[in-house]
Amino acid sequence: MENQLLHQSPDGIPLKVTSVADDRLGAKMTEMGIVEGKVMRILFRAPFGCPIAVDMGGYILSLRKQEAQLIHVAQI
Amino acid sequence: MDKQLRRIGLVGNPNTGKSSIFNHLTGLKQHIGNFPGVTVERKAGQWTLPNGDSVDIIDLPGTYSIVPQSEDERVVYELLSNPQHPEHPTELLCVVDASNLERNLLLFTQLYDMLWPLTVVLTMPDFVDASELNDNLKRLLERFKDVSFFVVNARTGDGLEALARHMQAPSQVHNRSSFGQLAIPNLATNNVLQRRDASARYKAIAKLIQARTEESSNQDSTARWDRFLVHPIWGYAILIGLLMVIFQVVFHIASYPMDWIDGAFSQFSESVRKILPVGVFTDLLADGIVPGIGGVVVFVPQIAFLFFFLSLLEESGYMSRIVFMTDRMVRPFGLSGRSVVPMISSAACAIPGVMAARSIPNFRDKLITIFVAPLMSCSARIPVYTLLIALVIPDTYWGPFKLQGLVLFALYALGLFTALAVAIVLKFVVKSDDPNFLLMELPRYQVPRWSQVGLSIWTKVKVFVIDAGKVILAISILLWVLASYGPGQRMELAVQKVQADGVGLSEEELSRAEANARLENSYIGILGKGIEPIIEPLGYDWKIGISLITSFAAREVFVGSMATIYSVGDDDSGSGLMEKMQSEKTREGQPRYSLATGISLMVFYAYAMQCMATLAVVRRETNSWKWPIIQTLAMGVLAYIGAWLAFQIFQ
Repeated sequence: MENQLLHQSPDGIPLKVTSVADDRLGAKMTEMGIVEGKVMRILFRAPFGCPIAVDMGGYILSLRKQEAQLIHVAQI
Repeated sequence: MDKQLRRIGLVGNPNTGKSSIFNHLTGLKQHIGNFPGVTVERKAGQWTLPNGDSVDIIDLPGTYSIVPQSEDERVVYELLSNPQHPEHPTELLCVVDASNLERNLLLFTQLYDMLWPLTVVLTMPDFVDASELNDNLKRLLERFKDVSFFVVNARTGDGLEALARHMQAPSQVHNRSSFGQLAIPNLATNNVLQRRDASARYKAIAKLIQARTEESSNQDSTARWDRFLVHPIWGYAILIGLLMVIFQVVFHIASYPMDWIDGAFSQFSESVRKILPVGVFTDLLADGIVPGIGGVVVFVPQIAFLFFFLSLLEESGYMSRIVFMTDRMVRPFGLSGRSVVPMISSAACAIPGVMAARSIPNFRDKLITIFVAPLMSCSARIPVYTLLIALVIPDTYWGPFKLQGLVLFALYALGLFTALAVAIVLKFVVKSDDPNFLLMELPRYQVPRWSQVGLSIWTKVKVFVIDAGKVILAISILLWVLASYGPGQRMELAVQKVQADGVGLSEEELSRAEANARLENSYIGILGKGIEPIIEPLGYDWKIGISLITSFAAREVFVGSMATIYSVGDDDSGSGLMEKMQSEKTREGQPRYSLATGISLMVFYAYAMQCMATLAVVRRETNSWKWPIIQTLAMGVLAYIGAWLAFQIFQ
């Protein structure tokens, strides 16, 4: 189980959020459901890998690469 | 509590069906406006309860949390946290997506901790297992004892009756125990606390309710559509195809009703002239007010057609996929994916384009989009371009391409590239404290509801006709006065001179000559002559100067004004006008409409804000005169410099 940035993780497999940045955007992401311990899955990416779409289990979020860099995940 | 003073605030996450609930409750009894001082849309209305009482209801912008990050969310925060705010509600109706309970409850628990009297509407019951929903409802009722919960299907309106009966009595607050640990006002100033608090709330919510076990089948159907609709190749092919269809319809099909409206108003104007006695009042009515109203109504088909498509895109869930697919491409220009549809719409007409930019949540993105949208070549430029291209561009081929067509294409490209370049510049000029992020939900696909689509068209048209219409009418009457009156007896004397000199002319020729004399000696005519020294470096004379001023009303007025100035009819496909313009000479005996002057004029019309309707709409959407005035001046400077450069290069 290794720690990696969200956008560097492979598509389609379950990923567990290990940390979210402590800044304004991190706060916003947390409010939208990207919480430590949450399991998510990268659904698809736009060409050139940005933005990416993430299955949050019940809803889909899209975020830019720069935003995904604020999230650390671990493969389960 | 006095029932008259009840004011219900409708709050909730985006994509929960909140707006549908609002539309169900208020129907057509809603007013769309602006919150004071900001560019955020304010939707308020009247909700008639079963006992006949009518309560005010205000639909607050969708938000995931009470802690504000954008202009929209700041409005919600201000309104809910400041009891002195004139729109501070007396109680809240919180819309919660039952199929996304965890995330939706975050906002609810914040409002609960702020001691709001609350009623919860659980939407999307058809996307959750009934036993799961019942189980969670029981747990929620257990924990939040002074809150009532109602399950409502926002699509069909099922469940609204029970809600309405309940709302006849105001909601109350009874001995609450706080759900979170931190006071809400502290969160708004500290990101770390804000994040910790949200995390803690999520944990507590997860403990409270039964988390969703597995993805529902509906999620799968959205995933299936996405595999196709955001596909790296098919996705873009579909997107381009769709935009082409929308563009074609707004561009071509809307031109039929627009022609009917044009015809109807000019006929009405004539009838007014026939019926009423000759006089100033009749002139004002027939030449000022009626055409002024016509100038407002003529835009309705374009707005209606465009918002028909835009609300279909929005309702179906496809709009956020467009944002998703285009974001990366337009980011180098300081725009976001949300600017793409408003910009493309503006290639048909900037008015609905600017109106569509309203939905961009980030203030900076919204402002930049509104600022550059009128630079896209709209349909009103075509008559001007057509006339000028036919006049100065030789009818030859350049390789396999017709040169005139290439020039028209180049003008469209000029508009697009200038819009993008200006956006880059504005990226550095417009300051905003809001973090610039895309982070958004891709809602599940659903079949659009025609009632929602219809309501969206109706409200957009209403906003345009009423809010922007006033400004357009005022400006068009002002322009009419300036074009119909001159200082002292100057105009009358000029007309008398024409009549004295015009012996032997046909009646039609005489009336054209009179119209010309009147325009030349009106305030606008004098103004046009006055600006001649300023526009001479662009290759223009005072005749063009007059047309530049009159076409502030709308670009296509250029053609009509030119026809009046050259005393020719403008109805005969412009061939008479063409001849006159072709034979026009400068003082040096050169043709007035040389290649350089023609191209300079085209560049001027590509850049200048020659459209009072756009001006009025920008004022309405930015909620101030500041931005439309800056925009008009900036576009004017751009037009002047661009036209001057073009004239120098081609001379």
